[in-house]
Amino acid sequence: MRSNNIILETAIKVILFIIVLFSVYIFFAGHYYPGGGFIGGLMTAGALVLLLIAYDIKTVSMILPFNYRIMTGIGLLFAIGTSAGAIFFNVPFLTHAFGHIDLPILGEISLHTATIFDLGVYLVVVGVSMTIIQTIGEDE
Amino acid sequence: MSLLHLAIVAPLIFAILVPFFYKSFRRIHTGWFVLPLPILLFIYFFSFISTTKSKEVVMKTLDWIPTLGINFTAKVDGLGLLFALLITGIGALVVLYSIYYLSKGKEKLHNFYVYLLLFMGAMLGVVLSDNLIVMYAFWELTSFSSFLLIGYWYHREKSRYGAQKSMLITVFGGLSMLGGIILLYLMTGSFSISEIITQADVIVTSPLFIPALICILLGAFTKSAQFPFHIWLPDAMEAPTPVSAYLHSATMVKAGIYLVARLTPVFAVDGLWLWLVASFGIFTLFWGSFSAVKQTDLKSILAFSTVSQLGLIMSLLGVGAASLHYVGLDDNLYVVATTAAIFHLINHATFKGSLFMVVGIVDHETGTRDIRKLGGLLHFMPITFTLAMIGAFSMAGLPPFNGFLSKEMFFTGMLRVLEMDFFSFDSFAILFPILAWVASVFTFIYSMILVFKTFTGKYQPEKLEKKPHEAPLGMLISPIILASLVIIIFFFPNSLLSDNLISPALSSILPSLLTDEEGFMVHIYQWHGFNPELFMTLGVIAVGVLLYLTLPKWRRVYDLFPENLTLNRFYDGAVNRAQTGSFKFTKSFMNGSIRSYLVYIFTFFIVILATALFYKNAFKVDTTNLASIGVYEVLLALLIMIGAVSILFAKTRLSQIILLGSVGYTVSLFYVLFRAPDLALTQLVIESVSVALFLVCFYHLPKLRREETRIRFKLTNAIISVGVGAIVTLIALSAHSNKFFSSISQYYIENTYEKAAGKNMVNVILVDFRGFDTLFEITVLAIASLGIYGMIKLRLARREED
Repeated sequence: MRSNNIILETAIKVILFIIVLFSVYIFFAGHYYPGGGFIGGLMTAGALVLLLIAYDIKTVSMILPFNYRIMTGIGLLFAIGTSAGAIFFNVPFLTHAFGHIDLPILGEISLHTATIFDLGVYLVVVGVSMTIIQTIGEDE
Repeated sequence: MSLLHLAIVAPLIFAILVPFFYKSFRRIHTGWFVLPLPILLFIYFFSFISTTKSKEVVMKTLDWIPTLGINFTAKVDGLGLLFALLITGIGALVVLYSIYYLSKGKEKLHNFYVYLLLFMGAMLGVVLSDNLIVMYAFWELTSFSSFLLIGYWYHREKSRYGAQKSMLITVFGGLSMLGGIILLYLMTGSFSISEIITQADVIVTSPLFIPALICILLGAFTKSAQFPFHIWLPDAMEAPTPVSAYLHSATMVKAGIYLVARLTPVFAVDGLWLWLVASFGIFTLFWGSFSAVKQTDLKSILAFSTVSQLGLIMSLLGVGAASLHYVGLDDNLYVVATTAAIFHLINHATFKGSLFMVVGIVDHETGTRDIRKLGGLLHFMPITFTLAMIGAFSMAGLPPFNGFLSKEMFFTGMLRVLEMDFFSFDSFAILFPILAWVASVFTFIYSMILVFKTFTGKYQPEKLEKKPHEAPLGMLISPIILASLVIIIFFFPNSLLSDNLISPALSSILPSLLTDEEGFMVHIYQWHGFNPELFMTLGVIAVGVLLYLTLPKWRRVYDLFPENLTLNRFYDGAVNRAQTGSFKFTKSFMNGSIRSYLVYIFTFFIVILATALFYKNAFKVDTTNLASIGVYEVLLALLIMIGAVSILFAKTRLSQIILLGSVGYTVSLFYVLFRAPDLALTQLVIESVSVALFLVCFYHLPKLRREETRIRFKLTNAIISVGVGAIVTLIALSAHSNKFFSSISQYYIENTYEKAAGKNMVNVILVDFRGFDTLFEITVLAIASLGIYGMIKLRLARREED
């Protein structure tokens, strides 16, 4: 039987969101400041691992019913999709495009197809780390 | 593709159809479908006689690989035609014979005729190709199909042994011949034989001449079963008798003879060729006839007899090549030797073919080939006896059979060696006629054994498996035809052979002796008058009869030879030793221990890099470009060194894992120090994850084998690891000191914002400038995770099954 880990569980409920937020921040800031898809993905995975430590695998998969292997596949699709999309505009594979757009509330913002590529990296990293940890964790 | 090409490959094409005939018409013997083909081909090639008689050469080219100068050039000249007629003629007779020899119900006839046709086509290709590479391809196909035919009864262990032996020896020769062909190409720039012959004077001065000569002769000697490569032929007698008659007496074993004859104009300029061909031939002649006498199996006798007769032809070709050292035909002493070679080649094909068929009949009708069990068959098989007598007496060189004529000419050729005054032949020349005469005596003896031990003497019915009776007519037709040829050739050698076949063949072997209009005037006499040759023959008969009658008394001579010094023992030993030796050699370094493999890999790594550094004189230390060393770097370096070294001396695994983690975290501190925030972040997280995974592994180690010991100290390990460390350090220092170009990073610095709209250069390089790498790195991650998932889940599934 599990012991009563009330402090840990409560603490993680609070910390989890901070970590996820931080990882999302790092992911988006990647093009201008240290960070990016890889480290962002690892941190999200770290947050999920904390959940796993506080609760158990069954509970976590009930809260977050993701199939991480499919997530890996989707991530790869994103990365290849952005790369291959360039071909339709008659430019070489993996040519990124960017532009600056004025949005009503946020003001001027730069949009970049590299972000979608990075999103692919992010999803793959989360998928891969969670697949590995879950598989090993479930192993008897 | 001309009709000539079609004729050459016709047997190969027809071979495809044979299985259909076999499956669809089970009631008719498949041989009947095959039989028309060699007859048609024989008639077709027969029509070329008038062409070659007038010294014309038919050349037809079919492009195969023109860019490499390899084209299927079919060339019909005197020599090629002679062989083509032998192949198709005897081929037809052998097919006819095999129809009665092989039973329709019991044998896998489709295999037999497919192999036989493959062989026939390959052999035609060998003798009618002008291009050496094409000839080589057909040459290997003859080895290959002969391998299949020898192993036809593959359920017998001896058949498989014989097939393997012949394959190893002939393919060894074939490959060295390929080497010779390539050397010839290097010297002349052409694969065409006719082209090469015109450049013979260039070749003889080349440094590659001797290697090419030896390589080509190796091919010819192995194929034609010359000493010491003759050992495969007696073991090839495990093949069905039609095969022995066809391949191992009349055609394939003469491929080497053909090669020597064909390339005589190229190589005979040099004395080495004469010496090698003549002396190997004469010794093979002697050794073959000497060994034949001690055999007790009829087919072994014939096998050694074939070896010796091939040696005879080979020695004649060697001596005949001396004629090229004279100019013109007048007074040319040695042409007679080449004439004798060609003549004996034809004669041998006739009498040896019929003898094999006779032995096949005896085997077929009595169930044994052992002469100790046979005897007194004369009354049961009168026709077979007559045929055997004709063949054997011709082989022994008695009149009135064709063997007499060629043996007389053989003696003439050997006696003329005595008059040879070049290439230091004068000192050893006397050996040639002596060996020839002694060998002829032995030939006489085994020919008599063959006839009289089988057909006369005491009839021993209790030792025979079947009750002997005369063979069916169909089986007798082929040997009767061949035996009649033996007699007809004796009486009409000139009208039949000299102008039609021998003279054109001579002009292909010795082309330089003729002017355009001239032709060889071959005339064969039955009666020479009282000359040394005749007395030699009389001597052979007298001594031969004497020795045959006293055979039981001197037979023990053969026991004098030590059992374990025979060539077969040597061959078996070599094959065995090659197997056990390579096994031991492989076993000595492939010992299955990963530690040893790592030792090899790292030793190789150290040696190759150290040599490269040393030879290229690349080691250099240049301090001009170094940054100054700060106190933090020194501290961190000390920290990481302490961590790394203490891993080696840690007592428990747990402390090793934690020390490794400390090293990893120090590395991330280094990244911080050297201003690489992305790397530092990633390194921190990855290090945590991998330490966690190590702990998982540690936790799962089986209890029984968990040893809490230190790493054991091994000197080799220490030396190699210190060596690797040293060499990598040296290379790093030299690489740093030998910078020849400035870095390309300036481009990224300038363009990261301009072209890629980012300020984090590392990330922009990862996803934009060099995103291709990242794409595949995440693929690697995906594969790794799926691999882990697969390994664990699959194992679980299997455990549940148990």
